[in-house]
Amino acid sequence: MSAPVSMTVNGRKVTANVEPRTLLVQYLRDQLGLTGTHVGCDTSQCGACLIHVDGKSVKSCTMLVAQAAGAEILTIEGLSTGELHPMQAAFKEHHGLQCGFCTPGMVMSAVDLVKQNPTPSEHDIRDWLEGNICRCTGYHNIVKAVEAGAKAMGGSHAG
Amino acid sequence: MPDDAVSAAIGGIGAAVRRKEDFRFLTGQGHYTDDINRPGQTHAYLLRSPHAHATLDAIDSTRALAAPGVVAIFTGADLAASGVGGLPCGWLITDKHGKPMVEPPHPVLAQGKVRHVGDPVVVVIAETRDQAKDAAELIEVSYGVLPAAVEATDAIKPGAAQLFDEAPANTCYEWEIGDKAATDAAFAKAKLVARLDLINNRLVANPMEPRAAIGEYESGTGDYTLYTTSQNPHVIRLLMGAFVLHLPEHKLRVVAPDVGGGFGSKIYHYAEEAIVTWASAKVKRPVKWTSDRSEAFISDAQGRDHASHAELAMDENGKFLGLRVETVANMGAYLSTFAPAIPTILYATLLAGTYTTPAIHVAVRAVFTNTVPVDAYRGAGRPEATYLLERLVDVAARVAKLDPAEIRRRNFIPTDAYPYQTPVALQYDSGDYFKTLDMALKTADRDGFEARRAEAAARGKLRGMGIATYIEACGIAPSAVAGALGARAGLYETAEVRVHPTGSVTLFTGTHSHGQGHETTFAQLVASGLGVPVELVEVVHGDTSKIPFGMGTYGSRSLAVGGSAVMKAIDKVVAKGRKIAAHLLEAAEADVEFADGTFRVSGTDRTKSFAEIAFTAYVPHNYPIETLEPGLDETAFYDPKNFTYPSGAHVAEIEIDRETGVVEVVKFTAADDFGRIINPMIVEGQVHGGLAQGIGQALYEAAIYDKDGQLLTGSFMDYCMPRAANLPMFDVATNVTLCTHNPLGVKGCGEAGAIGAPAAIMNAVHDALSPLGDIHVDMPATAHKLWHLIQSHPESQSPAQAAE
Repeated sequence: MSAPVSMTVNGRKVTANVEPRTLLVQYLRDQLGLTGTHVGCDTSQCGACLIHVDGKSVKSCTMLVAQAAGAEILTIEGLSTGELHPMQAAFKEHHGLQCGFCTPGMVMSAVDLVKQNPTPSEHDIRDWLEGNICRCTGYHNIVKAVEAGAKAMGGSHAG
Repeated sequence: MPDDAVSAAIGGIGAAVRRKEDFRFLTGQGHYTDDINRPGQTHAYLLRSPHAHATLDAIDSTRALAAPGVVAIFTGADLAASGVGGLPCGWLITDKHGKPMVEPPHPVLAQGKVRHVGDPVVVVIAETRDQAKDAAELIEVSYGVLPAAVEATDAIKPGAAQLFDEAPANTCYEWEIGDKAATDAAFAKAKLVARLDLINNRLVANPMEPRAAIGEYESGTGDYTLYTTSQNPHVIRLLMGAFVLHLPEHKLRVVAPDVGGGFGSKIYHYAEEAIVTWASAKVKRPVKWTSDRSEAFISDAQGRDHASHAELAMDENGKFLGLRVETVANMGAYLSTFAPAIPTILYATLLAGTYTTPAIHVAVRAVFTNTVPVDAYRGAGRPEATYLLERLVDVAARVAKLDPAEIRRRNFIPTDAYPYQTPVALQYDSGDYFKTLDMALKTADRDGFEARRAEAAARGKLRGMGIATYIEACGIAPSAVAGALGARAGLYETAEVRVHPTGSVTLFTGTHSHGQGHETTFAQLVASGLGVPVELVEVVHGDTSKIPFGMGTYGSRSLAVGGSAVMKAIDKVVAKGRKIAAHLLEAAEADVEFADGTFRVSGTDRTKSFAEIAFTAYVPHNYPIETLEPGLDETAFYDPKNFTYPSGAHVAEIEIDRETGVVEVVKFTAADDFGRIINPMIVEGQVHGGLAQGIGQALYEAAIYDKDGQLLTGSFMDYCMPRAANLPMFDVATNVTLCTHNPLGVKGCGEAGAIGAPAAIMNAVHDALSPLGDIHVDMPATAHKLWHLIQSHPESQSPAQAAE
């Protein structure tokens, strides 16, 4: 066992007591029960595990828990309370999800994109989502959803 | 059915209702199998063969058993001693000599031999997944490595490694369909012949959710539960219960909760399901297994993998006279659940395509190799048929010196020829191939293409346009015919419509949704049928303890077969409701009509709402109890009368960069005919996804094995999945010709994109490369392949030449 690691997850202070090799995604899923963050590959390619660490999108399969010491972590479960976040709402409105497995990673990635680029073009969106694989939608409706979500966020939502 | 305005208001048929399932997925509250954790759960890890072909000798687990956290270790010998059977195949093909296919045993854990990299050998069960994985590294397995047979066309040659003693020349079956004499006669009188050899590349389905399974045994009751990533939980219960573990259905519950995509790969009964279920009784604790992606690449059934030779005989006007096809189909190391049916019933019967070709003969040889088993992947046989035929038709156009659209129109089945009997068993019920082709060409602005090609050439790009039309057979059926063709189960579907006392409805369906949106689409059927707002309808699927026996979801069958069962159950509910209404309204039953949620005595204003009738059914104070049972809960089974036949035309426009060989899909147009459309938003989404997979096959994806049977493309680093930047926005349109033999007139839409797109893209690639001369490129048309091709044709280097 390594030394305890403390961080904030979705606004809640938590302390992890895990084996040193434990990945952040394993901790979130197995210890905290935050199963909205998914594991779709083992080579950091698919982006199903994408979350925000200190406000930036990170694939949580590429980080050890120890690397998250003191970090502010936001997962899909913490993105909204009750009402859907404008990006989530846009995915629903534009049918940007089918099986739903890549969806949390896609939404978290899109929110970070809009924070960095409030008015992304289609090209910007496709380019940004290079690290998120979807097998269901052909990305068409995801691109539409992100365009609409960006408009709806309008720079006002904290995300 | 309600009129359009009513339908839109209640979320009925034809309305683009936003999906009921989305909220939980968008907020991280889906429940996929790996999200489920059972009290006291252990974790299984499978030690798999690193060799493609080897004898399996001693297995020494001594050190592993002593490793931290290890609960138990089992091998094939343990399963055999326990009477565990092999994994069954669900389809028996009878060969051209009238003999049954060779059907070797498929042990759950390898026995005696391993036959592909990834063949499971030992299961380690431990307190944590990491402990199971660590312990597996301590197991010593002695293998006697054998030469491997990898490509199907090599595996049938003399001297090739033999997988099974009972399968000489590694042949599972040699099968044929059509009239050989008539086809030979057609070629004898042909003025023109087009010929083509092509490969249909092997693919990995890669749903984003890796497979997972949890087995749980209740020692107090003897009940088993299996949670699994399946497209058809009842099929798994039947196959695993009856053939593998010998558990009666009433003691075995199979739950397929939220499933993160399937595309065919989650139809089959897999070894891991049987292992965790069996082991949970051995260790008296739940056993969970979740696949890594790397493991998925060597254990999920793969798709396609055909090598074919095709010839098309024509008269001097380009009219098709005869088609001759020989195909070698790779089955992989064992027969997966539906594998034998794919290159036969779902491929060869589709080779008439959209055309009137009067004589067709197809010979198929299915071959075992030391590779991962091959089974249905989105389209399953129909993409292979469409790709072969539509590439061949483009070659034929060149041979006949005809425009690709014109040669297709000359040979299309006329719109007044339905029902149309093909020479390869199928009878098409409806369609209009002229209309969808015209729609697609117009949307794709074919008239403006040559100007765009010239403009691209000036930029140093090779631009091409490709057309593909397709027909597919969906909703496999009827059960008796499927049985005659070798299906070992009926292929009907079930629905139960349970109306609650206050008029809300729960619909139980035997189909399964793993991305298709059934919780919404099926609720729309109930909304239209009973006049109940879609919000008051809940769809339940995926749990054998809740739903009636049903066959699940594959082959675009859910709406055509499952939806038809829903409509039949609705009819029964309405029929009973009319009886209750007649009693309450003191009218003759024949005088009571039902529309838009209201029972009415014809020609009067005497009415009862659907909710009032529901309440009366359950609280029968004023009720004809002597002649009518209380309750409003009806089940119906629907056995299709025929396949359904979606069809369409796809047009791809691409550019190839001469300097890099990279193909850019500039524009893609799909005009499809799916019959009646229930939710246009969901249908478009299905088309988009299918197109992405079809474009992926054409340009990016391939499961490549080396000569020793090692999968070289075994991760997302090596197997090129289409990304957002690889695809364009799609132009999709639909024409509607109704299916003539199911109550909804629906045909199915789930596979069309993957069926039409590969041929359209590859025809466009060949069109773009036409300045290079008469060449053939197999899929995937990667940058590497095209760059070499362009480099080896220096005469094509001038943009001016290319523009000619």
